[in-house]
Amino acid sequence: MKQILIISGKGGTGKTILTASFAAISKNKVMVDCDVDAADLHLILHPNIKERYDFKSGKTAVVNPIFCNKCGKCQEVCRFDAISDAFLIDSISCEGCGLCAQVCQSNAIIMKENLSGEWYVSDTEYGPLVHAKLGIAEENSGKLVAKVRQVAKELAQKENSDYVIIDGPPGIGCPVIASLSGIDMAVIITEPTLSGLHDLKRAIEIALHFKILIGIVINKYDLNVDNTNKIEEFCKKTKIDIIGKIPFSKEVSKSIVNGIPAVLFCKNNIAENIRNIWEKIK
Amino acid sequence: MIISVASGKGGTGKTTVAVNLALSLENVQLLDCDVEEPNAHLFIKPEIKEKISAFTTIPQVDETICTYCGKCQKVCAYNALAVIPSSKKKGTVLIFPHLCHGCGACYLLCPQKAIKEIKREIGIIESGTVANLQFVHGILNVGEVMSPPLIRQVKKHINNTKTVIIDAPPGTSCPVIAAIKNTDFCILVTEPTPFGLNDLILTVEVVRKLNIPFGIIINRSDIGDNKTEVYCRENNIPILMRIPFSEDIARLYSQGIPVVNENEEYKKEFIQMFESIRHPIKRRMSDIMNII
Repeated sequence: MKQILIISGKGGTGKTILTASFAAISKNKVMVDCDVDAADLHLILHPNIKERYDFKSGKTAVVNPIFCNKCGKCQEVCRFDAISDAFLIDSISCEGCGLCAQVCQSNAIIMKENLSGEWYVSDTEYGPLVHAKLGIAEENSGKLVAKVRQVAKELAQKENSDYVIIDGPPGIGCPVIASLSGIDMAVIITEPTLSGLHDLKRAIEIALHFKILIGIVINKYDLNVDNTNKIEEFCKKTKIDIIGKIPFSKEVSKSIVNGIPAVLFCKNNIAENIRNIWEKIK
Repeated sequence: MIISVASGKGGTGKTTVAVNLALSLENVQLLDCDVEEPNAHLFIKPEIKEKISAFTTIPQVDETICTYCGKCQKVCAYNALAVIPSSKKKGTVLIFPHLCHGCGACYLLCPQKAIKEIKREIGIIESGTVANLQFVHGILNVGEVMSPPLIRQVKKHINNTKTVIIDAPPGTSCPVIAAIKNTDFCILVTEPTPFGLNDLILTVEVVRKLNIPFGIIINRSDIGDNKTEVYCRENNIPILMRIPFSEDIARLYSQGIPVVNENEEYKKEFIQMFESIRHPIKRRMSDIMNII
């Protein structure tokens, strides 16, 4: 079984479009959406949710005002500015360290477990999908990513799948690092803009940091040929494979509006381009 | 006044809006809080005058005093310490810096006072200027897990004598909240596609939970469908600006050139938008004053 992750560094370069297209043309696989705080893959794969689970993670402090003698000790030790002058907890700022509860002499603070989101195992037209929804303004997206990854891997092992195809989050922080662990190949999709090139370099760095095989896709490569050349030169110098280039096409935006994977929707050369990329990956 | 620019979905045009708004106004400070992938400097091209390291704290155990009682492991909510007690051999305390939130629980609660806090670098903060524009950004070290502490440190540079514009990271979780918290207004940038709308709705829930006044900019407003417009109308969300797709803007963006530097019309539109943001707030302030 091969685990393939699609990431980008910069957001909006085409991760989900590529993931959904791979989902549509590959055989015998499980899909995962690891962009748990702004998940979009379901808008193309239209999952039918089979199993739904609570994601409990971390704790938040709660003050019982009846016991509180307003000594101020909790506010003094809290490093997250989460305790107001009225000794109430700002649950958004609270990182659940529990120090306030430890130092409270009147036992007025308890630590309550957070319900931070939900995760799902679904059926789609193209195979099973494991996805999640982080609660509004919740933390621990990295842990939720690790959870859906683990569930998908177990499902793939049970069903003897050949691939786990993973839609990754943008950036290089906590959820990306959780997405990268144990991956066989990271497909990094970029665009020929200065921002695209800048963010690509950092995305490559993070993948190399975890010693993961990389393949680069340049999306909308014909929008700025100079920058595409710069990306190609950079990849040549650093000995990283470019596994595909996709031209700009308004058909791709239309495929999103229609909720159909681009590889099936686009009647122009986009589909062939994406198929060629998948041939190189598999 | 502090204005943050955010969007659930990446690549909708946060940096474009933040940069062009900053360049259209007088007396501005621009803070790039997308510390995982900062891009604003590519357009602003500031002269960097100061570069400092940003740190968090992690515990260090003095094992000549430590009795391996296990208290630090017990109080750590993040499993950042593991105590292996001494039996015949000497015990040890393992520390996992990437899991540590720097809350200080182990340090404050160690019965032996065997723990001190040491600094660990998580990134750098650079500041500089371009003409009258002040610029600050944070760059997270590659491999570093937690960006919110760095974002909070970038925001310590806020200059209250200026109009402050904050470019936030994409998403809806902790880094975004760290960036937009305590700002006076949040501009949500979106695109009129199902992806854009789905992520916009999530972001609206976040700004509402944080009680930040907000409005929407629809970028590439002529691609996709009209569901974003309908959503805004039904939910009484002001649309501050619509930016149609233009090959010109896309080309300038790809070269790192802010569109307001090339096109005065856009500058006027950004100034107008800023006025529309400023005045409702003035009105609200006077409403509040009247009540008081």
